[in-house]
Amino acid sequence: MVTTLPAESGTAPGPAPMAGAGDSGLLTGPELVAAMRALRDDFPILDRTVRDGKPLVYLDSGATSQRPVSVIDAEQDFLATRNAAVKRGAHQLAEEATDAYEAARERVARFIGAARADEVVFTKNATEALNLVAYAFGNGAAGSRWRLGPGDEVLVTEMEHHANLVPWQQLCQRTGATLRWIEVGDDFRLRLDNLDALLTERTKVLALTHQSNVLGTVNPVAELTAAAHRVGALVVLDACQSVPHQPVDVSALGVDFAAFSGHKMLGPTGIGVLYGRYQLLAEMPPFLTGGSMIEQVFMDHSTFAAPPARFEAGTPMTSQAVALGAAVDYLEHVGMANVAAYEQVLTGHALQRLSGLDGVRLLGPDTVEHRGGAVSFVLDGVHPHDVGQILDDAGIAVRVGHHCAWPLHRKFGVNGSVRASFAAYNTIDEIDALVDGIVAAQRFFGAGVPAGGPAVPVGSVGPVGGGH
Amino acid sequence: MQMDQLYQEIILDHYRAPHHHGLREPFQAQVQHVNPVCGDEVTLRVRLADPRDAGSAVVDVSYDGAGCSISQASTSVMTDLVIGRPLPQALEVLDEFTDMVTSRGTKSGDEDALGDAVAFAGVARYPARVKCALLGWMAFKDAATQAVTGSAGAGAASAASADNTPNTFADTNGSDSNSTGGRQ
Repeated sequence: MVTTLPAESGTAPGPAPMAGAGDSGLLTGPELVAAMRALRDDFPILDRTVRDGKPLVYLDSGATSQRPVSVIDAEQDFLATRNAAVKRGAHQLAEEATDAYEAARERVARFIGAARADEVVFTKNATEALNLVAYAFGNGAAGSRWRLGPGDEVLVTEMEHHANLVPWQQLCQRTGATLRWIEVGDDFRLRLDNLDALLTERTKVLALTHQSNVLGTVNPVAELTAAAHRVGALVVLDACQSVPHQPVDVSALGVDFAAFSGHKMLGPTGIGVLYGRYQLLAEMPPFLTGGSMIEQVFMDHSTFAAPPARFEAGTPMTSQAVALGAAVDYLEHVGMANVAAYEQVLTGHALQRLSGLDGVRLLGPDTVEHRGGAVSFVLDGVHPHDVGQILDDAGIAVRVGHHCAWPLHRKFGVNGSVRASFAAYNTIDEIDALVDGIVAAQRFFGAGVPAGGPAVPVGSVGPVGGGH
Repeated sequence: MQMDQLYQEIILDHYRAPHHHGLREPFQAQVQHVNPVCGDEVTLRVRLADPRDAGSAVVDVSYDGAGCSISQASTSVMTDLVIGRPLPQALEVLDEFTDMVTSRGTKSGDEDALGDAVAFAGVARYPARVKCALLGWMAFKDAATQAVTGSAGAGAASAASADNTPNTFADTNGSDSNSTGGRQ
């Protein structure tokens, strides 16, 4: 396991110790709520107003999260004191920059339960991390597991973000492999009744999300991973919506690869993570090639560095990686168990309030069991974009549209939905404000808007009667 | 900005009771445009008096789709403005409308030229809604262009089928960069 970092390699000071936390650091009840409310002071952006003086109610953390002062300061501190190109340069700054960069890698590795720091590859974002793996499966030597072909299958799920779907579609188109998918049932969970027919010895890759960015559904990753391994398939996990919101231990889950992004976990944009079991990374062909990822270069050929350097071609994102390390520090200080417990309180309240509204349909499980804090819904008679506009006018930031999960929305017969997504800095009051805003949107647009309104079945492009 | 300034009554009226809605025969070109950001879509058909003449009148514009109040109402208002006009004039109105809604609120629109469409001036203050307002207009531009260019050697007008490749609509400033695909 990775050792604890020396204090001087750290970043700007983290938040003050959590009040009320016992020896375990776990909080419950009012203490939990009070401690989380205190976190808001660490996020300067939450103090601002929008749209003519309305307090910002930020319910879009599933798209990007806000950053605490310690993360903002860590990036600034690095740039002000230690900025240099890492892993090159015969000077002190380069040494310090490299130490800071590698220290961030160690923190991330420890945070997700990786066996060693070298199992963490820094990428531009989670999308690049997923593309890196998908590309590798078509780029190896013939006959290896990294060269899919006709007869091989890639299994995904119907609830994937486009980032964990399109790269696999492209891989299959390049290689002649077949793409299959696990359907989503009416209970908004994976339909595993016919898993044996889908997951076979032909399956080389199972790529799935840990937590749906639309439904909030948390998938049974450990069980599915075990099943995949029984048929010899590798498992690629999209952990973008789980790593920021619950304790995640990639070793315990048993997955072979996992991808997540910095900016959804209180860290910077421009930095993502690919976790891979070292043995697999060591045999995996490169994705982007060039400087820093080589072992030796000749005029006619090259050999490649060991992981993770093999997958970090070019000058890497340095201040962003360092600030991601600070985000990990912050989350560890708050405690991921506390984050998960508190977000469950928020989610439970949202589900209860939304379930009580007429004309609101949830897209996702209506209880908090195996469910995270992405709460999507559609309103009868009001298009999601119009709901978002009315909410925005009240200072409430949500996401509208298909949330990069178009096939999933099509499955449920809608073009889009409204999504509120939570982080530890949100409050019960903010969810109540959301509910008030939804009621206001319903009133503004009135009931029973005809054709062209929301929830119009997809495929309604054929000739229809209505109109003038 | 107050919401009733953005969602003016005339917009809500068109949304609740859209004009010229539904797909009709005959037509010379049909396109499907999609807003990839939100998933909204419109299928739109154009019938010109004489597609071999780029100056001929727009006889009919019919459409169907799914979208927000802004996109649905904007398409409805557009059909009122272009049907019956010579195509060049219709495209001038389109340019005027595009100019207004992409102005970030600096242009209120010429009511003589735009009629009811000046109600969409408020949309310009919300960059995320500009694509909504332009969805139907860009589809019309695309379909009209195809009706003219497709008439050169194409067969029967009604041969245009519904299996067109969906176009994407990704250009906020409303240029014609999305006018590919469509009728094969």
